[in-house]
Amino acid sequence: MNDTRIITGNEAAALAVKLARPGVIAAYPITPQTSLAEKLSEYVERGDLKAEYVRVESEHSSLTVCISASAVGARVFTATSSNGLLYMHEQLHWAAGSRLPVVMCCVNRGVGAPWSIFNDQQDSFSQRDTGWIQIYCRDNQEILDTIIQAYRIAEEVYIPVMVCYDGFILSHTMMPVEVPDARMVKKFLPPYKPHTILSPDDPRTINPVFFPTRRENSEGILCDGYMEMRYKLQAAFEKSGEVIRSASREWAEITGRDHGGLIWEYMTEDAELILTGMGSIATEATLAADVLRAEGIRAGVVGIRAYRPFPKAEVAQAFKKATAIAVFEKCISYGYEGGVCSDLKAAFYGTDIKSPIHDYIAGLGGRDVKTGEIVDAARATLESTRAGDAGNKTVWLNCYTGLKDEG
Amino acid sequence: MNENIFKINDKEYILPGNRACQGCGLSLAYRYILKALRENTIVAIPPSCLCVLHGLYPTTSVIVPALNTTFASNAASASGIVAGLDALGKGDITVLALSGDGGTYDIGIQSLSGAAERNTNFIFACYDNEAYMNTGTQRSGATPMGAITTTTPVLTKQEPKKDFLKIMEAHHIPYLATVSPAYPADLYEKFVKAKRIRGTRYIHIDTPCPPGWDYPTKDTVKIARLAVETGLFILFEIENDRFRFTGRSKIMAERGKLLPLVNYVERQGRFKKMSIEQLNSLQTSVNSRWNECLKRAEG
Repeated sequence: MNDTRIITGNEAAALAVKLARPGVIAAYPITPQTSLAEKLSEYVERGDLKAEYVRVESEHSSLTVCISASAVGARVFTATSSNGLLYMHEQLHWAAGSRLPVVMCCVNRGVGAPWSIFNDQQDSFSQRDTGWIQIYCRDNQEILDTIIQAYRIAEEVYIPVMVCYDGFILSHTMMPVEVPDARMVKKFLPPYKPHTILSPDDPRTINPVFFPTRRENSEGILCDGYMEMRYKLQAAFEKSGEVIRSASREWAEITGRDHGGLIWEYMTEDAELILTGMGSIATEATLAADVLRAEGIRAGVVGIRAYRPFPKAEVAQAFKKATAIAVFEKCISYGYEGGVCSDLKAAFYGTDIKSPIHDYIAGLGGRDVKTGEIVDAARATLESTRAGDAGNKTVWLNCYTGLKDEG
Repeated sequence: MNENIFKINDKEYILPGNRACQGCGLSLAYRYILKALRENTIVAIPPSCLCVLHGLYPTTSVIVPALNTTFASNAASASGIVAGLDALGKGDITVLALSGDGGTYDIGIQSLSGAAERNTNFIFACYDNEAYMNTGTQRSGATPMGAITTTTPVLTKQEPKKDFLKIMEAHHIPYLATVSPAYPADLYEKFVKAKRIRGTRYIHIDTPCPPGWDYPTKDTVKIARLAVETGLFILFEIENDRFRFTGRSKIMAERGKLLPLVNYVERQGRFKKMSIEQLNSLQTSVNSRWNECLKRAEG
């Protein structure tokens, strides 16, 4: 029986967590994640979800609780936003370095200072290099489906997964969401069977001090040094792309919903102009593509679903025929440019893709990004490219910069 | 239950030879802690002297399972172990978080206070060596007034030691106790007792440190004993908000008299710059705390 409900992104996330059956949940409230943390505590207190819910005193502790509970073999969940995620920073590295399959939602919000409670993606973007898989969702259905897939992925490659979705735009906006059957989810995601656990049955000291060099254990076997451990994390990331793709494929087979593996595409087949981005801004770009198509411009959209591992091969393929490229992103690497833009350029290096890339920094701190603004920006990109301007550029969309030509 | 020294578990959980310094007070205490808690235990470790004691990968001198975590998070890490074990139906395992004074008084206070307020089912023990010893004796919130550290090298520490036991007592946890490596039977009994209680149990370990306190390595037990006999460190336990003296402090409370603090201070190089005023001030606070404890024991 089809169970479709009109719910917010946070409720879709809570339902997904319930279906994934974690043994331990730890969370500290922060806008816009709060209603997710509240909903989960309600499930646990009502007995709808059999889990230990640790109501911690900080985000640093919420991720720590998840790390240690995962180390003894429990499936775990936490969620946060913005400065809460930044406060976890040390533990983000610790979770990834420990190779534990923690799943966390980051309900994307701008970071202080100055304070903003509204959406952009600077929070998760700034944690890019902590060793977590990052998947960005475009709508509430994808949030639900991705959280369930995230456990499959994390528990296969032993890399923690951050499921990112835009604060308010998704977290507090109601949309129809199809809720899958619990038995079906259980089949897709069986109980967690960890390969190593912290237990008196097999005592070991986990994460002690490592030396730069490899060292022999008491039996004379040469064991990893710090660098080998790091290499293994990177090697697992290289394998993770296929795991993300297959989790997505298998989910599509049983639910009929395919959100793409590492990327998704919208009318790219014949596209001369490709718009790209992560999360809800990429959804907005599909509306812009429709408008542009109506004007006779062959526009398409590539949505970056997995930001880490970066879909290098996929984007090189998807952008192959594009003569103009516009990136719309809600984050920036200060002193350079938007992160997605940099990564695309790096992925295109050595390929035949020579089209200029225009990077639009948009929607920071919740500034609305309207379809029309994306359309105008995309049109400008195409016109400048057609006029023979081969230069890349970074533009702050709908932002008063004090330059002369602004009103 | 009245375990005595002859009934102490004879199994060893720390193999001979570990990476702690010669004469380490923690090493002495840890040996008896693990004897008391036995095999079915998991230890949570922050970066500290204990992390060093456990050894460098891939060897360890300790045969109980242990999980390292970051400095601020040991009590949260232990909370996660407890929650994970509960979720898996393994709630019979004893969880011990063992932090130094930095990981307890200072950077670790937030997660400890949170865990204690939630009455997390674990033992949190603080091995208090009164400075950041693992990084080489920098001042901490537990450093006594008048001590030289590498961050108070010229003037000595000007502020008194934080009264952390009062802070923990204010959480109204089911069990709180102090122990000293100079009195292993008292230490052992308290950990055996703590193991049988549910909820948050806090145990404070006076932990002399030869390099940090600057005394000969052979004198650790002597220094630890003097701390108790001068009344600077009082052996007691508080169970369900009821205070009682134990061990050597109990005997002293019944019939003894405190030794002057100078006997303790003069044996440690860290106090060589301590002024008479600082010594007198410390003596006054020791006397007043001792009298406060005498009153509580009567009540």
